[in-house]
Amino acid sequence: MLLVTAALAWAMVLSGQAPKDEVVLLPGADGHVGRLVVERDGQRHVLDRPYAASRAGATEVEQRDPAAVRASFGPVLAALPGRPASFLLYFEFGKDELTPASRAELERILDELRRRPVPDIAVIAHTDTVGDVADNDRLSAQRAERVKQYLIGIGIAASRIHTAGRGERELLVPTADNVDEPRNRRVEINVR
Amino acid sequence: MRRMLVAGLASACLVAFAPAATAAEAQEVGQIKVASGEVHIERDGQRIAAAPGVKVNRSDSVVTGRDGSVGITFSDNSLLSAGPGSVLVIERYAFDTTTHAGYFDASLKKGTLAVVSGKIVKQSPGAMRVRTPSSIMGVRGTEFLVRVD
Repeated sequence: MLLVTAALAWAMVLSGQAPKDEVVLLPGADGHVGRLVVERDGQRHVLDRPYAASRAGATEVEQRDPAAVRASFGPVLAALPGRPASFLLYFEFGKDELTPASRAELERILDELRRRPVPDIAVIAHTDTVGDVADNDRLSAQRAERVKQYLIGIGIAASRIHTAGRGERELLVPTADNVDEPRNRRVEINVR
Repeated sequence: MRRMLVAGLASACLVAFAPAATAAEAQEVGQIKVASGEVHIERDGQRIAAAPGVKVNRSDSVVTGRDGSVGITFSDNSLLSAGPGSVLVIERYAFDTTTHAGYFDASLKKGTLAVVSGKIVKQSPGAMRVRTPSSIMGVRGTEFLVRVD
């Protein structure tokens, strides 16, 4: 029975019935090149260089021209969703107002978010260690809410934005209590 | 009276939809972020129109027409897109958001596929596999393209 199945599979390959496939490894967006092991008809191809390709019917790994790959896979590459991204913004001491520099940065982030039709966003805000824990929990929640409102302001549905205030529980820069550390007064915006 | 009616309706909706929503949530593994042209999902014999924001479940087949393409973001940040004339099946998927352990098996029956692997592969190289009718690929990161003619 196994023999029959194998014979059928071979007959399909020989008669060109089996679909032909090819696989091309791309350089990662961060410059890191991954590794892909392709197994086909008992043959094994390891792809570990950018634009290395494994094709049905080829015994060896082939090398492709980047421009030709981009052209021949144009539509599928264009349909890749936006990469998950993470942003940090900073607040004025004791307030839910962004610093002037972060205010400018916010505009850049909003422009980036406008290009994503259905983003899922997590807004996680923090404080420095000045003041007591309960006040800082409240302040961080206000900061997260403030940023959420900016996002709603460009038309993002509230249901797509999750907020959290972490108070002084997750310091970016570890400090003693009651230290005015600007880098701890921040909000992380995670988008995918 | 109006408030009571709203509350009544809300609880009726909860009763009606809660079990279904829970089941759907357990199944949901990704979300369509990009769709153009003719794209639909085949699920349990049903045909569901695909548009940005539509959830993708385990065992779904994502089908594109001659002018269609679709992009999906998964819960582990894997990105998959399919070009025109494609059939992409999400065979198996699991992802633990705490440990990042999981597995991901997808198969491209025909058409074109682009893959950017996510946290599953970062945590466990080889835990993602992509099949075509004639090949099987073990993914150790990161980005690649597949065509089945």
